Amino acid sequence: MRFTRFTDLITLTFILTGSAFSYEIEDKKFYKGNQNEERLRIISTADITAFEPIIMAFQKEFQDIDIDYVVASSSEIMKAIYIENAKFDLVISSAMDLQTKLANDGLAQTYKSIEVEKLPVWAQWRGQVFGFTQEPAVMVISKQHYGDLPLPKTRDQFVALLRQYPDKFRGRIGTYDVTNSGLGYLFATQDSRNTDSFWRLTDIMGRLKVKLYCCSGDMIREVSNGQLIFAYNVLGSYAQNSLKNFPEIEIVSFDDFSTVMMRTALIPIASQRPDLAGKMIDFLLKLDSRQDLVALSGLQPVTNGNLHEDKKTRPIRLGPGLLVFLDRLRKENFIRNWESSIYQE
Amino acid sequence: MTLIIQTGSIQRRLALQLSIVAGILSFTLFMLIQVVAERAAMDTQDNILKASAASIADALYTENGIVRLELPYSALSMLGTISQDRVFYRVLFKGETLTGYDDLPLQNENSLTNKSKFSTFRYKGEEVRSIMLKRSIGVNGAFSDAVIIVAQTRLGLNLISQKITRTATAIGVVFFLFGTGLSVWAANIALTPLNRIAIAVSRRGPKDLRPVTGTSPLELKPLVDALNSFILRLKSSLLRSEDFISEAAHRVRTPLATVRTQAEVIHRSLNKSKNKTALREMIRAIDESSRSAGQLLDHAMVNFRADQFEVNTVNLPELVRDVCERLSPLAGLKDIVINIQSQESDMSFQGDTILLQNALRNILDNAIKYSPDDSEISVNCFRNEKFVISFQDSGRGFSGIDHTDRFTRGTNVSDVIGSGLGLTIANDVAIAHGGSLFINDSKKGVGSCVSLVLPI
Repeated sequence: MRFTRFTDLITLTFILTGSAFSYEIEDKKFYKGNQNEERLRIISTADITAFEPIIMAFQKEFQDIDIDYVVASSSEIMKAIYIENAKFDLVISSAMDLQTKLANDGLAQTYKSIEVEKLPVWAQWRGQVFGFTQEPAVMVISKQHYGDLPLPKTRDQFVALLRQYPDKFRGRIGTYDVTNSGLGYLFATQDSRNTDSFWRLTDIMGRLKVKLYCCSGDMIREVSNGQLIFAYNVLGSYAQNSLKNFPEIEIVSFDDFSTVMMRTALIPIASQRPDLAGKMIDFLLKLDSRQDLVALSGLQPVTNGNLHEDKKTRPIRLGPGLLVFLDRLRKENFIRNWESSIYQE
Repeated sequence: MTLIIQTGSIQRRLALQLSIVAGILSFTLFMLIQVVAERAAMDTQDNILKASAASIADALYTENGIVRLELPYSALSMLGTISQDRVFYRVLFKGETLTGYDDLPLQNENSLTNKSKFSTFRYKGEEVRSIMLKRSIGVNGAFSDAVIIVAQTRLGLNLISQKITRTATAIGVVFFLFGTGLSVWAANIALTPLNRIAIAVSRRGPKDLRPVTGTSPLELKPLVDALNSFILRLKSSLLRSEDFISEAAHRVRTPLATVRTQAEVIHRSLNKSKNKTALREMIRAIDESSRSAGQLLDHAMVNFRADQFEVNTVNLPELVRDVCERLSPLAGLKDIVINIQSQESDMSFQGDTILLQNALRNILDNAIKYSPDDSEISVNCFRNEKFVISFQDSGRGFSGIDHTDRFTRGTNVSDVIGSGLGLTIANDVAIAHGGSLFINDSKKGVGSCVSLVLPI
């Protein structure tokens, strides 16, 4: 093993104040290659811990490429790319709607390769947005605190359960804060499109003082330490990955449907090394040939296609339909309705 | 090109012209498919844009005196169903942008009535097709216009149009090849009657002067009529000349017989050997003339009978013997012996007795004439796949003369007097019976063998 190569140069968690960047980053890590010439700059919503195995494996294959990995929320990524034209070579995000908007508004480059050709039609858009994982939204339950009650199989049963035992669950439900999580907003809007139960569920969760989170990881942690009994709409990949560390949690997929999100990659037009970004895209699209990485990162490769054949799953489709919930008025309406359900006296 | 047209065949010319027509039609078809299909593809995009704009218009509502919009999911997702094109929209009320892309240009708003208006322009670096739709919205009793613009890039349209071009090209090429094939075929078919007549005429035997019958197309009727009248004239002219020759021969032969008899009488009464010799020469000349006249008559007769064939069963050995017997006095004059060898069984032949008799007589007559004195002529009559009657003499043969020329009139071995018609007559008879006449020179240059071969 090369110790020097993967020496962490900086691992910082910081909120920049008064720097040249006005978008906020959450985390950042530099992976040094053999030479200091080629540098691939990635901005991503995926946590370093989740993505590091992939970066290491990539660097093993392309030893000369330095990788600058920056973690930011999807809305900050949007700000960086859409408004500030930041110099990143690759954008990896779980917010499919924002990625679609970047491509639609002409901020993404077209990339062609053999790997891209092999991708199913539904997993790419315009040859600019490429889905490389498929991750379902699930509910995570604390086994210990849930007790012996039968597990809810559908959203309706979940609503009924909450109504039946309001005191037991009050203050112990968690979900995404759609106002500051792009992925949370994406999941919520897709839920609202797919079922009427969504607003009933939001209403009852609001009444039971639901706790709001920015990220799946936080919710899983809170369930595992018993602060929460339910976490609704958690990223299945993270939950699956956390099972090793937190055996107290249980993952529930609803039978009525479960939303499936694709993590997507795109090359912004400001990219200085689209060739390196392309290599990374090809590498990501070959994920299913690296089951070791799948196991390490918990990311389900898109090329399996299995989730797309399951009738219970509702994959989010790439395309202009995703722009609808980004519409200013539509978003305003949605958030106003959501807030009025969540914040009840 | 012009050379081909001027000197080449009608068929090639016809095929070429039809192919050019097929080519022009193919190209027209290609253009038509292209134009119609592209129009249809564009209409499809326009219709989807229109539906999208209409669904946005329907989603406008007023709330507390403010116009709001709940952008329907289908309004944009439907645009993504047929292609992966970029989509832009803008909604304005009273000239103020409610939502959407602020910089999406308004297209000449004044010309917009209540209907929709399509236009094509560049936006965000790509050509887009857009629709502008106007809808009246009432707020607190006062109506104002809301304008909805939906635009989509034309990537999908270009893909469709490339596909259409490929399809249209393929159809055009197939149509052209098919058309060319049909042209060649049509040219062939059109010229079939002409070919049929040409073949029918060229297949005829040299003596066949019947008029051309059978159906011929209207266009060929003048040609066929002209040909028939020409054949008719030729036939009558030939008939006239044959008649003339036989008439002349006949008229010459009778007086010659008289002259010969008188000469014989005078010859016997003469004593002076000098005069006797002169008279013998005269008698010989008269004999030759008489023989020629006989052959001319034979020839005329053979020509006549060949046209009006009478078939009956002929016993060939008997016929041979009969002919040999008839000519034996002539052979006797030169001390020539005629040996007949013949197979007796299975020798009956269907043919015209008189013609065959004539042929055999002329061959034998020829053989006797060219044989030296005191020699032998052997006649063989046998069956060997075909009937063969051969006459072997010990004359000087035909070496140095093309055999086929022996059968044309007037060619003769230099110092032997004769009309040269004998073998011509035999050949004509052989052909009339579907057989042939062969002449084989013996290697030593002494004697030749003439065979009459007849089919079984």
